[in-house]
Amino acid sequence: MKALMFGWEFPPHILGGLGTASYGLTRGMSMQPDMDITFVIPKPWGDEDQSFLRIIGANTVPVVWRDVDWDFVNNRIGSFLHPDTYYHFRNGIKYNFNRIGTNDLGCIQFSGRYPDNLLEEIGNYEAVASVLAHSLDFDIIHSHDWLTYPAGIFAKRISGKPMVIHVHATDYDRSRGNVNPDVYRIEKEGMDAADHIITVSNLTRQTVIEKYHQDPAKVTTVHNAVEPLDFVDELHKSERKDKVITFLGRITMQKGPEYFVEVAARVLASTDGVRFVMAGSGDMMDKMVRLAAKKGIADKFHFTGFLKGRNVYEMLAESDVYMMPSVSEPFGISPLEAMQCGTPSIISKQSGCAEILDHAIKTDYWDIDAMADYIHAIVKYPAMYKSLRENGLAEIDKIRWEYAGQKVRAIYDKVLGR
Amino acid sequence: MKTINLCFRVHQRYNLKRYRFFEIGNDHYYYDDYANESAMAAAVEQSYLEANRMLLDMIKSSNGRFRVSFSISGLALEQFQQYAPEVIESFQELAKTGSVEFLATPYGHSLAALYNDDEFELQVKMQADKIQELFGKRPTVFANSGLLFSDEIADKVYRMGYKTIMIEDAKHVMGWKSAHYVYSSIANPKAKLLVRDSKLSDDINYRFSQWGWCEYPLTAEKFINWVNASPAEEEVFNIFLGYEAIGQLNSRESGIFEFFKALPYHAIEKGITFSTPSKTVETFKPVDSLSALYPMSWTDEEKDISAWCGNDLQNEALTKLYNLAERVHLCSDPLLKLDWQRLQDTAHFFFMTTKHYSNGVVLAQNIPYESPYEAFMNYMNVLSDFIERVNAQYPTSIENEELNALLKTIYNQGQEIEELKSKLKKTKK
Repeated sequence: MKALMFGWEFPPHILGGLGTASYGLTRGMSMQPDMDITFVIPKPWGDEDQSFLRIIGANTVPVVWRDVDWDFVNNRIGSFLHPDTYYHFRNGIKYNFNRIGTNDLGCIQFSGRYPDNLLEEIGNYEAVASVLAHSLDFDIIHSHDWLTYPAGIFAKRISGKPMVIHVHATDYDRSRGNVNPDVYRIEKEGMDAADHIITVSNLTRQTVIEKYHQDPAKVTTVHNAVEPLDFVDELHKSERKDKVITFLGRITMQKGPEYFVEVAARVLASTDGVRFVMAGSGDMMDKMVRLAAKKGIADKFHFTGFLKGRNVYEMLAESDVYMMPSVSEPFGISPLEAMQCGTPSIISKQSGCAEILDHAIKTDYWDIDAMADYIHAIVKYPAMYKSLRENGLAEIDKIRWEYAGQKVRAIYDKVLGR
Repeated sequence: MKTINLCFRVHQRYNLKRYRFFEIGNDHYYYDDYANESAMAAAVEQSYLEANRMLLDMIKSSNGRFRVSFSISGLALEQFQQYAPEVIESFQELAKTGSVEFLATPYGHSLAALYNDDEFELQVKMQADKIQELFGKRPTVFANSGLLFSDEIADKVYRMGYKTIMIEDAKHVMGWKSAHYVYSSIANPKAKLLVRDSKLSDDINYRFSQWGWCEYPLTAEKFINWVNASPAEEEVFNIFLGYEAIGQLNSRESGIFEFFKALPYHAIEKGITFSTPSKTVETFKPVDSLSALYPMSWTDEEKDISAWCGNDLQNEALTKLYNLAERVHLCSDPLLKLDWQRLQDTAHFFFMTTKHYSNGVVLAQNIPYESPYEAFMNYMNVLSDFIERVNAQYPTSIENEELNALLKTIYNQGQEIEELKSKLKKTKK
């Protein structure tokens, strides 16, 4: 089974959850012996882990024919792509993309991020897809999130191979309902053209069916999972007088940070020995600093700024409670990461991961009293902390990418009629 | 001659209201009156009243040959008095027929037998007192909450004056032995054991309305034929059910009332009699002894205590609760004592079990909480307030023993003062 995947991010250089999920899923799928994955991203950095799949950078695929010699190619992009492959791709150029600005190799420069001219990059990515569709051999196309849907559609039209799209989020989640019409159009076209749609939670599945008018039979949920942490033994929780309650993530409207501040105020009003930490950054950060000050809890409410890599896990491991009051979360992988570190999690019922977690506390994101009560219980009743910690660790051990990969494989087989 | 003991357990828990931690120390009322009243109203209307009427008719029309027994918890009686005194009256009518036996059981439907001997004894006594006060006869047979039983409990109960105990036919205790005999306890050979026939009991309780069951529909004739078909030397059939089995668990439309009404006719036809536990042990002698080293009960597949004290949450709550026992015994505040009983109900701990909890759904029915964690949190919040109240009664810096001595001194001095006062009065005259 050869899968051609279009993605946007791949670790270690990631900006959001999409990259982590792409990595985990492909790694889980690679455990199937006959699985052969080619993963396209706009701009690789060269330090990606390619041990279980092949990564192609869209910025090394020629879309305009240039007469260049072997040594020149090897000099320029040899560390990413073998020059012979470059020539092989060059033979796959069937259309005229001269309108697109390209470099001396006929390749397009991608930012690989989320720039202002994002729609233009998405269009350019489509051009790359056409070249790959003409020159690569594959059985199925798999597109991750809306940025890559147009590329997938084009590859499908050229090759006639079926396309599966993976919905990691929809614009309804990102915008709390005020969708951007351009984004919606791209999402809807992708879903309409797809042979099958994979969603990361039933919550997202419902959005896809109701808001994008898809046939329920065509939409299947495959929940995300987590990679086992290889350095989990090195994480530790220091002895300290005060218990630490942590919010960790982008401080944006979608994540519901204001509810966290409200909860903090409610708990601090009658409980000693508790501190609250808001880790991360985002457009609502300044507002949260002001809100905490206004509530008069700034002495027990701390901000860390943006954390990444191992610092994230260290912060989680040092916490007594992890809280994610997201207003709308297609999946939300961080509570799973907190549970891996042995930290009890309180999550909103409006998060996709709530569907698969038994031993995390679930409340409505607006139910400040309930969240405050649970924090008090975890902090003050040792059995509560211990049970959530131990049951959580046992539970998280069973949520593996390998199993998610098997579900995706079953969908491939179904689409291909095998 | 085969005989059937029909026993019904009657119990209603006090549901706790949602009690947030910021109410600790401010609000000392813990119960969800609406839930309690409506649960009681539903049970009374669908089950208790009509079932009582039916049993009364059956006793009268059979000239007292039909017999039945009840194990009613003190908390249920309390709630009857509060919400449905007519139920008490109808039980009194049943008591008057002389064909009804009332069994002893812990007042608070508690696990006190496992955690605190003094409390256990106190509760059994409280319940027996209340039964005697209401129905005029003191129980002589004991059936623990959830038929909780072990060798240790057998001995304790016997010393408390109950020579017969109802137990569950847990496979790990019975082995190849049949439930249809009278047994004695290995811990105290004088304590006689009546074993519940869980198969026949659950046929009525859980399977009666299940049309997917291969024996559906269960008729009285079929049921009596099963009893009759057992080997001739197996003579004692203890059918022990929650009273809600009639009318609530099995609705009126299922034909459960008709099933019971028809039982005596078919039984008498086959020469099978009805009896009560105390009469049964008069007629039948123990054939062997049983040993239960570890506590057993009638809950779940495992027939053990893991549904109540099987995880950390439950153990913490129970330990914190029973740590208070000695202090509470020293207190005299009647409201405090009332809450103390209500907080011991096994239901509170059953709600915290993680056994029935998977895929975010609580599988066991009738659990008013979304998760074991919610149940634990709510209970612990209530208990925290209760602990504060208990501690406020007497300074916590004084040890229980010392306190006991001080209280005794105060009491004695009070008595002395009274005596002296009356002497003074006399001499003044």
